[in-house]
Amino acid sequence: MSDEKDFVAGFDSNVRKAPVRVAFVTRRTSPQVKVADEDQLMTHPGVFFRVAVAVELLAIALVTLALLWDAPLEGLADPMHTPNPAKAPWYFLGLQELLHYFPPVVAGVLIPTLVVIALIVIPYFNINIQAESLWARDGVRRLRIVALVAVVLCVFLAVFDVWVALVPTVIVAAFMFMAARSSAQSVSRLRRWLYSKPLSFWIMTWFLAEAAVLTAIGTFFRGPGWSWVWPWRG
Amino acid sequence: MAKSLTTYLDELRDSRVWRSIFRSGPGQSNLHHALVVQSNVFLHLFSVKARKRVLDFSVTWYLGALTFGAFLILVITGVLLMLYYHPAVPLAYTDMKDLQFVVSSGVFLRNLHRWSAHAMVLLVFAHMFKVFYRGAYRPPREFNWVIGVVLLLITLFLSYTGYLLPWDQLAYWAVTVGSNIASAVPVFGHRIRFLMLGGNLVNANALLRFYVLHCMILPLTAIFFIAIHFWRIRKDGGLYAGAPTTIAEKEEER
Repeated sequence: MSDEKDFVAGFDSNVRKAPVRVAFVTRRTSPQVKVADEDQLMTHPGVFFRVAVAVELLAIALVTLALLWDAPLEGLADPMHTPNPAKAPWYFLGLQELLHYFPPVVAGVLIPTLVVIALIVIPYFNINIQAESLWARDGVRRLRIVALVAVVLCVFLAVFDVWVALVPTVIVAAFMFMAARSSAQSVSRLRRWLYSKPLSFWIMTWFLAEAAVLTAIGTFFRGPGWSWVWPWRG
Repeated sequence: MAKSLTTYLDELRDSRVWRSIFRSGPGQSNLHHALVVQSNVFLHLFSVKARKRVLDFSVTWYLGALTFGAFLILVITGVLLMLYYHPAVPLAYTDMKDLQFVVSSGVFLRNLHRWSAHAMVLLVFAHMFKVFYRGAYRPPREFNWVIGVVLLLITLFLSYTGYLLPWDQLAYWAVTVGSNIASAVPVFGHRIRFLMLGGNLVNANALLRFYVLHCMILPLTAIFFIAIHFWRIRKDGGLYAGAPTTIAEKEEER
């Protein structure tokens, strides 16, 4: 295989329709270009059968769970008696944790709205459709920008005492620096993998890490008056 | 001379009545299998073929299918729970106690609904991250990703509205915390909260509103968007299988 060529050539086998036809398809330019026939499976029954098996396994797991653990039920709702702490459902506890640091209009309205808008516009950024590595071009300049953003973010979180959100930020930033110091020729597989990742990967991973850590802390590490508690004590 | 079961089934499928309902009739050819999908109002949302390699478990973890499976379990258990539930104060809570002590398998029914709801929220998030990391949101699938975000929000609202229905301390204060956040919206905050709760406090009106949202409006909206979500997979080129195999790679395989 010659590495220099950036295209592959294909021939139409139908001699009547195309006496000689040569097609040049550049590599990895469009996900829609079909370059070869792929093995396919009929949706009925092949795919439906597999989906049915997957759903049945889920049903078995959930039924087992329902037989072993009872859903919580506390006393009758009493508006005069506030439990301490009063917690939202688990998937909102990340936001409730943020409410501890920021005013409600920021933690309860601004941040969730921005997250939803960010999620919606993701596919409309038509930049870097080939998912090129963040460090492939302009590596030094990009590293400087990343470092600046990371420092500003960390200072901001420290000023508001949001140490729990600072930790995932520092960890993701550390991995980014490790990626910047790696290359496609690195010996370690992890380094090669980190190096290959585009910017979108890093932003989403940071978001995922923040969401997971904040939700876990809101769920397990918060007690009366939203004070810090260790879940294994008490 | 006993006929096998498959022969009977084939005869049934070939009968006039059956063929008047399901047009495809008996047969095992690919054309027949394609017709089964194409000539069914629900199944025709899907394409008739899928690339084999996208069906490996490791590619998608079947998270979309599993989310839909959890939704089906929730619809079935939810309808059954509606038979034993009054959206009124304090009847809602005594109905929970009836489920516990009077209704056969009542506790199991409530448990299954509750755990499936948590599972669905988890699965929706997992599905979203998996789709993102695979790059399956990229053009031409942009709009299906947006519909996915809408379905994520609907799932969260479904779970949140359902949270109030047992009318116990846990439900009451969780919803109070949530609705207080709504009142932080600038200018319209208190009006939004009033609209949401049907009053200034979480009370019987709020319970009724959440019940109607949880059992009628949100599930119907979810089904509407799920149908579009499935149909768009077909229209946008089938289940996303990653970068296409090049002829060179195909040659290497052989």
